Amino acid sequence: MVDIVTSPDPAPPGLAGRIFQSDIFYSFRRSKLTMVAAAITLIFFLIAIFAPLLAVQNPFDPAQLQLMNSRIPPLWSADGQTPFLLGTDEQGRDVLSAILYGLRISLTVGVLGVVFAGTLGIAMGLTAGYFGGAIDGLIMRIADVQLTFPAILIALLIDGVVKSVFGNQLDAMGTLAVLVVAIGLSFWVQYARTVRSSVMVEKNKDYVAAAQLIGLPAPVIMLRHVLPNAMGPILVIATINLALAVITEATLSFIGSGMPDTMPSLGTLIRIGNNYLFSGEWWIIAFPGFALAGLILAINLLGDWLRDALNPKLR
Amino acid sequence: MIAFALRRVIQAIGVMLAVGVIAFSMFRFAGDPVSQIVSIDTLAAERAEVRKSLGLDDPILVQFGRYFANAAQFKFGVSYQFRQPVSSLLKERMPATLELATCATIFALVFGILMGVYSALRRDSILAKLFQAVSLIGISLPTFLIGILLIYLFAVILGWLPSYGRGDVVRIGWWTTGLLTVSGLKALVMPAITLGLFQMTLIMRLVRAEMLEVLRTDYIRFARARGLTTRAIHFGHALKNTLVPVITVAGLQFGSVIAFAIITETVFQWPGMGLLFVQAIQNVDIPIMAAYLLVVSVIFVTINLIVDILYTIVDPRLRSTISRQA
Repeated sequence: MVDIVTSPDPAPPGLAGRIFQSDIFYSFRRSKLTMVAAAITLIFFLIAIFAPLLAVQNPFDPAQLQLMNSRIPPLWSADGQTPFLLGTDEQGRDVLSAILYGLRISLTVGVLGVVFAGTLGIAMGLTAGYFGGAIDGLIMRIADVQLTFPAILIALLIDGVVKSVFGNQLDAMGTLAVLVVAIGLSFWVQYARTVRSSVMVEKNKDYVAAAQLIGLPAPVIMLRHVLPNAMGPILVIATINLALAVITEATLSFIGSGMPDTMPSLGTLIRIGNNYLFSGEWWIIAFPGFALAGLILAINLLGDWLRDALNPKLR
Repeated sequence: MIAFALRRVIQAIGVMLAVGVIAFSMFRFAGDPVSQIVSIDTLAAERAEVRKSLGLDDPILVQFGRYFANAAQFKFGVSYQFRQPVSSLLKERMPATLELATCATIFALVFGILMGVYSALRRDSILAKLFQAVSLIGISLPTFLIGILLIYLFAVILGWLPSYGRGDVVRIGWWTTGLLTVSGLKALVMPAITLGLFQMTLIMRLVRAEMLEVLRTDYIRFARARGLTTRAIHFGHALKNTLVPVITVAGLQFGSVIAFAIITETVFQWPGMGLLFVQAIQNVDIPIMAAYLLVVSVIFVTINLIVDILYTIVDPRLRSTISRQA
């Protein structure tokens, strides 16, 4: 008699194990550029979250600004003063603190804008793809019309119209909300089209028929069963859209229809600094500019990698 | 073919109607037109009189019809901030924007194609890698940052080029051009590069990808076997076939060049339609906003229509799929 030794079934890997063993993580580990980009993006988010702990002053609080401290150059130049590492602007605002808080505003608008656009786009795409017919035709016609126009123009228009309705009664938080809505309404089309096309593929599969057979309501089937199968492309669009949303917010703020001077985002800081370009105070504009460019570049690199990593054709 | 063109024309008219409704509702409902015209202490009776003379008491559909009929004759009302007809303001500003957009597109096409062809043919050279890096930066940097960077380099540090305005212009009929004076040309360089950089990277990437694709095809291999010179193969056969999609993309992008001119014009204080639009937004000048939207939409829709129809004429393969669909 020979004992048959059966090896015990390997325990199913936990969530962490599943992440570490996945193809995506493998491709992430292989690309140094992506790891650097991910690290930079993470650092940007962290310093935005912990801005109040890192900044030497609250740049949104006029009481903390002293005109005595205006236009101090960065610390390493001859006239630099502590604690103003990157110098100060016209109002005596520490440039580094302003960047940290501005980053917060930029990322808040960017992330909320992407969430808004994603939610709206996914809802529209699911509805259009699942029901088809007249609803589908209507939603996709709207999408077609909107795609004719660049997103920045639509965002500018929405921003302008809302401002003209509210007049000048809008405070900084109100402006932030307007920006989120304007960006959200400008970027939903891409999600809707992507979701719709994957829903059209998925809805003819057996598992959807089974779900319909046991009487699940349409919203449950769409959200719990169909949507998870379309998540990959949505994630890619969301990442690339985050960079676009940050650019759009910065652009609107730069041309003066975004965040006000009292609660500046990175774009507002660049607009303020632009006034001092000719008088030699380069640091007021240069550092916010670097921060914005670095943030967008890092997110874009991450988005490019994610697109390739989730594309099975390129493996 | 004719059915396809007709359907596209109907679709274009539909888009214009939708935009017209949006422009009209902005014009009519965002802010009260009467209070923009009369002073604060005007009596209610006089206000009603003005309201009536402006036709604001008529049914909405009548008002919409009137707005559309006027817009078709380029009558867009009077600007709140300038107290001038919007149409004459737009007419005055349009040459500046169109000149800028055209030069930017030509810049993007010439350099985009050259760089794209080079980086496809010499894929592993240092220059090609440099082009790839530049294209990544061109996509990642916001337009206004590129403009500021150029101003800082060439206007502040080197002092070679003017940082704002259009320079001296020459008037030809109602068209004003900066292309005939030295200062006008100098003023055009930086805005055109700023505006064209994004399109240039787009075209470069497209040409590179298309060239790589075409160079792998059989007819290129046969051309090599026939003993044609590399120059004839690359430029006579390969490049020619990549140009169709490139021209299409460049054509379709011309619309967004005009839209992105808003940003470039703000950075360089370029006196075009975009700057007018931005100032209108800041001053809540609804007639200008609505008119800009209409004019830009007409340009967009026309370009899309022409490109779509041209594309089917140029590429016979598309024609057959279209007739099969119809």
